[in-house]
Amino acid sequence: MLKDITLGQFFPGKTIIHRLDPRTKLLMLIVYIVTLFLAKSWCSYGLVLAFLVAVTVLGKIPFKAMTKGLKPMLVFIIFTAVLNLFYTKSGTLLLDWWIFEIWSDGIITAFFMVMRIMMLVCGTFLLTYTTSPIALTDAMERLLNPLKKLHVPVHELAMMMSIALRFIPTLIEETDKIISAQKARGADFETGSLIRRAKALIPILVPLFVSAFRRADELATAMECRCYHGGEGRTRLKVLRYAAIDLAAFVVGGLLLSGVIVLRRFGL
Amino acid sequence: MAPTKPIIEIKDLTHTYSPGTPFEHTAVSHINLAFHAGELAGVIGHTGSGKSTLIQHLNGLLKPTSGQVLFQGEDIWKDKKFIHSIRGRVGLVFQYPEYQLFEETCWKDIAFGPKNQGISGDELDARVRRAAGFVGISEELLEKSPFDISGGQKRRVAIAGVIAMEPDVLILDEPTAGLDAAGRDAILENIRAYQQAQNAAVIMVSHSMEEVAELCGRLIVMNKGSVSMDGTPAEVFTHADELTEMGLSVPQVTSVFARLRAMGLDLPADVYTVRYAVARLLERKEDRSC
Repeated sequence: MLKDITLGQFFPGKTIIHRLDPRTKLLMLIVYIVTLFLAKSWCSYGLVLAFLVAVTVLGKIPFKAMTKGLKPMLVFIIFTAVLNLFYTKSGTLLLDWWIFEIWSDGIITAFFMVMRIMMLVCGTFLLTYTTSPIALTDAMERLLNPLKKLHVPVHELAMMMSIALRFIPTLIEETDKIISAQKARGADFETGSLIRRAKALIPILVPLFVSAFRRADELATAMECRCYHGGEGRTRLKVLRYAAIDLAAFVVGGLLLSGVIVLRRFGL
Repeated sequence: MAPTKPIIEIKDLTHTYSPGTPFEHTAVSHINLAFHAGELAGVIGHTGSGKSTLIQHLNGLLKPTSGQVLFQGEDIWKDKKFIHSIRGRVGLVFQYPEYQLFEETCWKDIAFGPKNQGISGDELDARVRRAAGFVGISEELLEKSPFDISGGQKRRVAIAGVIAMEPDVLILDEPTAGLDAAGRDAILENIRAYQQAQNAAVIMVSHSMEEVAELCGRLIVMNKGSVSMDGTPAEVFTHADELTEMGLSVPQVTSVFARLRAMGLDLPADVYTVRYAVARLLERKEDRSC
């Protein structure tokens, strides 16, 4: 049941989107978000949406996976829609009932806001769906490299992040195993009052923490045995290199951004 | 063995993990098996052959994608209450069970299972002490923290935690993995003792051919999610070539005897434990001296 966590789930593949340099994808996500926030009209939203759909299709990501990722955001999306619907008071008055007023602009703003949030979420999901978490931390480390000059421990942070990411599946598996084992001894996690249910977590949490500490200890020893001493002078197994497709991606991203800016100039 | 009713029965069991995702994977398919009270069966198979998936169906931790698991003739999934009671009657000891200990004292940890079954007071204490007795955990150890005892002792406390529920079917997933020879023999002896005292059905998953040959009266060989052999150790180990093909082996002593026979010595083909081998060799020696 814990395997259903979609956050940061990676769909392995060999499509053109998967093959892009992770730094490109990370930068493109920033360009995409900026573009999305600059978009104001049907035309520009259409343009950004077309881009999103094109990337989804190119990356061979099933649309179902996208909608599944949107589900946890549903409450937030509805909340935004309702707020915008009732608090925009311009255009023509369509409905006036008790304290509720709905104006034509309200409907349009609400629609745009919902579109914006959904496209924002989908865009970030596209990144995590097509980029392995390790590649992503690698890209972040490289992009943040200039901060080293300011004595920010970029490498250490990236290493911590990769280790944390690396151990999420392991710990999930471990938790699953412990839950199964305690269930096999008749433990009941699904019924009873809130306090009883919280208490029922103790047989899971104690072994989980014990094993997490044990693993951390073993990993630290193993790293020290192989003379790990931090980032200074370390070379990498996979050296990130920009290729022709990355250049193409930047061109597409630049076109998208400038397209939306131009549309804005014309008030579209 | 046919006249008695099987205590647990698997009918046309198939299980698929993560259906509908790119990670979809059928772990076991169309399995039919039956186990009787008092039986000691070994399940062997290569890594990924579906052994663990199979045994987790027996106490309802996994729900069959299709097929049925019957306990004393009743489908264990017929209602939610029933599945809860099944967990006490079909005890499952996972691999490395010592990593599931969590209580302050060994006594409390062993008591966790029976307590969940609704047992309390003197009966609970009696159950804990009886279970501790089966696995050779002494009185003073019961008061210690399960984190302060040795690895082998932890393993035995964890097994006692399942035995304390006094299940009719006891399933163990590689109970001896990572133990030294002495610890291994002790645990196998404990399992046998429990099986004989309770007339329970015991199902043991193992990688060690010597171990199952020694202990089990029946061997089930799993390969790629289905049962490929099911019979006595003698029957199974005559198919040495097929076993090797599945990435398994026969007990070392069996292959030694096979080589000796290939060299032209007149030796029996059904040797699979050292004890039996020694007995047969001594027999031959006597024959010759006559």
